[in-house]
Amino acid sequence: MTATSSSDAAPVEKKGGLVVEDLSVLLTGKDIDVVNDIDLVLKPGEVVGLVGESGSGKTTVGTSLLNYSRAGAYIGSGRVLLEGRDILSMKWQEVRQVRGEEIAYVPQDPASALNPAIRIGKQIVELLELRGIGTKESRLQGARDGLAEVGLPSDDEFLSRYAHQLSGGQVQRVALAMAFLPKPKVLVLDEPTTGLDVTTQAMVLETMAELCRTHGVSALYVTHDLAVVANIADRVAVMYAGQIAELGPKEAMFRSPSHPYTRALLDSIPHLSHARALTGIPGRTPAPGARPSGCRFNDRCAYAVDACRKDVPELREIAPDHQVRCIRAGEIGTWDISRGVVPDADPDRKRDIILSIDNLNIFYGRKHVVHNVSFDLAKAEVIALVGESGSGKTTISRSVGGLHKDWTGTITFDGDVLAKSARQRDATNRKRLQYIFQNPYLSLNPRLTIEQIVKRPMELFGIASGKEATDRVVELLDQVALGPRMLKYQASRLSGGERQRVAIARALAAEPDVLICDEITSALDVSVQGSIVALLEGLRKQRGISMLFVTHNLALVRSIGSGVQILKAGRVVESGSVVTVMETPKEEYTRNLLSKSPRID
Amino acid sequence: MTDLGTIVASPLEEVAPPRGQHGAAAWFLWIARRLGLAVLTLWLVSILVFLATAALGDPIRAILGRDYNANPGRVAELEKLLNADASIFSRYFDWLGGLLTGDLGTSLASGRPVSELISGPVQNSAMLVFLAAIVMIPVSFLIAMISVHYRRRRPDTVIQTVLLAIAGLPEFVIGVLLLALLATTVFKVFPAVTISSPTGHPWDNWKVMVLPTLTLVLWVSPYVSRIVRASLLEVIDSEYVELARLKGIPEGVVMRKHALLNAIVPGIQVIALQLAFLAGGVVVVETLFSYPGIGLQLVDSVRNHDVQVVQALSMIIASVYVVVNLIADLLSILLTPRARTAISS
Repeated sequence: MTATSSSDAAPVEKKGGLVVEDLSVLLTGKDIDVVNDIDLVLKPGEVVGLVGESGSGKTTVGTSLLNYSRAGAYIGSGRVLLEGRDILSMKWQEVRQVRGEEIAYVPQDPASALNPAIRIGKQIVELLELRGIGTKESRLQGARDGLAEVGLPSDDEFLSRYAHQLSGGQVQRVALAMAFLPKPKVLVLDEPTTGLDVTTQAMVLETMAELCRTHGVSALYVTHDLAVVANIADRVAVMYAGQIAELGPKEAMFRSPSHPYTRALLDSIPHLSHARALTGIPGRTPAPGARPSGCRFNDRCAYAVDACRKDVPELREIAPDHQVRCIRAGEIGTWDISRGVVPDADPDRKRDIILSIDNLNIFYGRKHVVHNVSFDLAKAEVIALVGESGSGKTTISRSVGGLHKDWTGTITFDGDVLAKSARQRDATNRKRLQYIFQNPYLSLNPRLTIEQIVKRPMELFGIASGKEATDRVVELLDQVALGPRMLKYQASRLSGGERQRVAIARALAAEPDVLICDEITSALDVSVQGSIVALLEGLRKQRGISMLFVTHNLALVRSIGSGVQILKAGRVVESGSVVTVMETPKEEYTRNLLSKSPRID
Repeated sequence: MTDLGTIVASPLEEVAPPRGQHGAAAWFLWIARRLGLAVLTLWLVSILVFLATAALGDPIRAILGRDYNANPGRVAELEKLLNADASIFSRYFDWLGGLLTGDLGTSLASGRPVSELISGPVQNSAMLVFLAAIVMIPVSFLIAMISVHYRRRRPDTVIQTVLLAIAGLPEFVIGVLLLALLATTVFKVFPAVTISSPTGHPWDNWKVMVLPTLTLVLWVSPYVSRIVRASLLEVIDSEYVELARLKGIPEGVVMRKHALLNAIVPGIQVIALQLAFLAGGVVVVETLFSYPGIGLQLVDSVRNHDVQVVQALSMIIASVYVVVNLIADLLSILLTPRARTAISS
């Protein structure tokens, strides 16, 4: 364990920390790289955020630190040095010894990563038991202390539960406690808060940061969410298409991001404090094997010049500890976090009501889930329904859309009182009120072509048919920024963002006046979310479409909404114009939601 | 640590409901319901069996064949024995009552009580199926685990091809091949036919059992093995197996505790179906090896129009189906925590 065995370039501290050098992971049998040229240092006690969109290879890097790659890929080259020992060149027996005890992993979705057939108490101590560390009593005590540390009950009843008997936040904290129990030196966290409510997320992040501080653990926090990283990381690495595009201290990354990709990502993120005109990044993330030569971002980059297409740029230092993989960094001007800020929606504007909901009560069988909700929606206006999971926001939107019919109250749409279920409503009302679902992977029929999908509402409502309809489809696809070559594609060939655009085009095909958008961006990358939001904003302005926008993301509400209804357990706790509610929240619940939301501004 | 204190007390955290206080009562209710359903199933089976064997057509004419017209004395005798004058309902209920009190009637062909006649074959068949199960279950799981270990590589392909080939062979072909290999042509290790004394059991000489058992094992384990392999593969790809590996758990433990435990349930279901199937489907194997089991007995009785024996054996086979599947369901639930806790709470 002499220092000479480690790299001469990397500033290795001998105790704790981790150094990754020239790591690459390849696809088996194809020699196509998933990630390459990864150099990263985790100092002791430091949290490094590894940010990237889907397909960037961030999870691959994360598991490589434990010398693990998923089936179909293998680690091609590089070193991962833990206290001078290279984990990648160890024998597998040694690697196994390092895993868990020295480098621990916290999985992406602990609800499916905890074994459903083993009680959590047993799972937590499993590793120690197998390695014969401590006695039965000391292990059990360790598990209890660990659970108490992450704010969970530690009694026998809790230890004997199964994963399915815990809530999402609890499962996540059990996974944290489990990873911390063997007292590892390095922690790899793979999007551990995806899918959690903001309050639960804040709780998990606090717990994690606290544990890292008290135990001096270095952590690699893998995520797609820059806002989360801004709250917990000391340094941030931004990945694009299998390479690190930019790496630096958190402050530098958010104050003066220098890679065009980092800037584009930041431009697509909504802020809590201001409304912003969000923008996306044109094109899509290239898959391994389909990446352009030269700089991998060159085909989507607004600043690309010929030189960018020739050679792969090296990471170069532009400020102390701040590295960028861009030959034009420094030439492309400065960046400001308040770029793209627009005025909030005017709370005193004239409103022309199109949809009003009066005293809505919704039931699931005998269970009363939504109580006395009343609000209205004006033309060319976006009303956001915000709340945590289980607050009833989706239930309300489904009832308004006629997908759930067990409700009482009155919903008036442009003078007509709407029937309970969509089947009982007349064609005009059905046509004018369109619903877009959360998950574009499930809402499009995978066997139909895009043309058939988008054409369907036109034929159904007798808007157009034949050649005329096809022309309209092309027009609509153009509006949602998809080319005419998509016409004959099946939905399965499209990426998530493209699918959601098709779903929007399908809704627009019916020429609606009101769109109900049910968490339509929550399954998408931030840059895709940015372009979808920009698209919806354009539709609202040009076509005067009103939207009921269901979301749990308050920052997004600030940018897209004009009015907001804050929901808690099926009741509206606070409502009003977005600027009023977010600037001067009256309710404790709203204040709590706002303070727990991760923010970069 | 003060901020952690506030985390604990967070009112927003939903807590899963505590496990049911009335677990025992809920289990009792569940089992009672399942038993009730099983009894109902058997009752329906009894109606069908009775209709098919005794009520449709004229059993006496069937039994006597051409003698029917020539031998009116025998006809009268049989009519009395079968109580043919009574209505179909009273005959059914007489028979059902007999079944419930353990009186299976008298064999028409031999004149001996049915229970005495079939007790030997039932025991023999049960022994055969039991031996087959004991060998088949671990063998199929072992093959499945080896296959998964080498998944989509050559050993896996070879195993799968061989399994599919065996599954495609009719059981008598397997039996004949085994006979040729181990009893008659190549090696002469095991007896080709079962020599059983009228008093003893066939398994008094263990060598007799080898070939019939082996045939059944070869016949059934490909199915079980393929199902277990499929569900193991699914589990192996799951995130909790990935986490177990990333946690540094040795591969053997990952397979046994993390993977197999979650993959075992589909295996149990298919084993139950196969065992139940064996209970009624050993006819060919028993014939091939002249093994004195219920299959052989059933064929004889059908040939002799021995209505009472056919009825009794049919009901026994049906009961085996129902009981084995009931046990499989119970085991599946016990091994699936989600289902188990759903019942007890």
